[in-house]
Amino acid sequence: MDKVAVTCEAPSLDAQVDPRFGRAAGFMIVDPETMEFEYIDNGSTQVMAQGAGIQAAENVSRSGAKVLLTGNVGPKAFQGLSGAGIKIGQNLESMTVRQAIEKYKAGNIEFADTSNKEGHWK
Amino acid sequence: MKIAVASGKGGTGKTTVASSLVSVWNAPVIAMDLDVEEPNLHLFLKPEFTGSRIARMEIPEVDQSLCTLCGKCSDLCQFKAISLMGEILMTFPEMCHGCGGCIAICAEKALRPSYRELGEISWGQAGKTDFIMGRLRIGEAMSPPLMREVKKKLNEMQLDAPKDVITDAPPGVSCPAINAVMDSDVIVLVTEPTPFGVYDMKLAHEAFTPMNKPMGVVVNRAGLGNSEIYDYCSAKNLEILAEIPYERSIAEAYASGVIISESSDKMKQLFLELAEKIQQKAGEVRRG
Repeated sequence: MDKVAVTCEAPSLDAQVDPRFGRAAGFMIVDPETMEFEYIDNGSTQVMAQGAGIQAAENVSRSGAKVLLTGNVGPKAFQGLSGAGIKIGQNLESMTVRQAIEKYKAGNIEFADTSNKEGHWK
Repeated sequence: MKIAVASGKGGTGKTTVASSLVSVWNAPVIAMDLDVEEPNLHLFLKPEFTGSRIARMEIPEVDQSLCTLCGKCSDLCQFKAISLMGEILMTFPEMCHGCGGCIAICAEKALRPSYRELGEISWGQAGKTDFIMGRLRIGEAMSPPLMREVKKKLNEMQLDAPKDVITDAPPGVSCPAINAVMDSDVIVLVTEPTPFGVYDMKLAHEAFTPMNKPMGVVVNRAGLGNSEIYDYCSAKNLEILAEIPYERSIAEAYASGVIISESSDKMKQLFLELAEKIQQKAGEVRRG
């Protein structure tokens, strides 16, 4: 099964899903079968004046994850993630990382075909 | 001699002061509007335009067939205008600042120059005054690249016969404002004696101070508000070069598009004195 990236507020399966994608605190890269995970810190994008979403998309694409579960994704991040062939589940901020993965495993994630946030740059 | 007319707060009277200075200036002068987001100096100077050109900035275009996905360009770009996403190199043209670094670093020559339109530069004559301005393309987020193109054109105009330059700068204290004043010999800060005018002028004064240029203040709508601006200028040893009174006749002239220094003898005298003080600040009084 493909690895799944989940935006998170702390490096734990029981941390809340971070509603922000580009400026998320970090990503949990989870193997949904074994629930083994790796944590990628994304803090460096929080100080970027611009391009945080693109940088975060690059970070996720580099992790090898093929699925992203998060809250909000802006237009450029969406374009980047789609370009990298990553499927995007949005509006999942009111749950923990573990709950988001369970929802994905149960086949209850509707993958997005468009960004759910306006860009900041236009 | 290059004079920049700037301010922290918008709407304090930069264009009023710049157009009046141009009108009374006693040496050959070029009037330059660098407030490219909302140029309006031409509304007062009413130049006859003689030329224009579209300004463009170089941005990268990817030839995927030559790209080896090495990621050097992506790592170099501080603005994420070019980014390696898995197996594909993507560009985000509107993020690009035009530094050219990605094209230079690509050993495979997989990046070639393409262009983004920044806006339009136009020039002409307003009486004896040469005039030049930039107008940012609608949707373009960055004004400094266009401002640099306007300044390039200014340098072309200066080749024949160097003239003084009076610049109408954009308001604020960020990159556009800094870009507009950084080449000047003197900065004239236009403010008004209101809490907003004082607050924003302090920001501008702080932002421009590290450039070590002579600065002076023009208080517009003098008589309004309180004395805080005078206290600040006196504490910071910042000379008040002129005070434009808060008068109905001035507002009426302004509202009908008349250059204030041409609206009465009193105003003409005020701006002649201001011009001389500015020239003194620059260390070169132009007797004419």
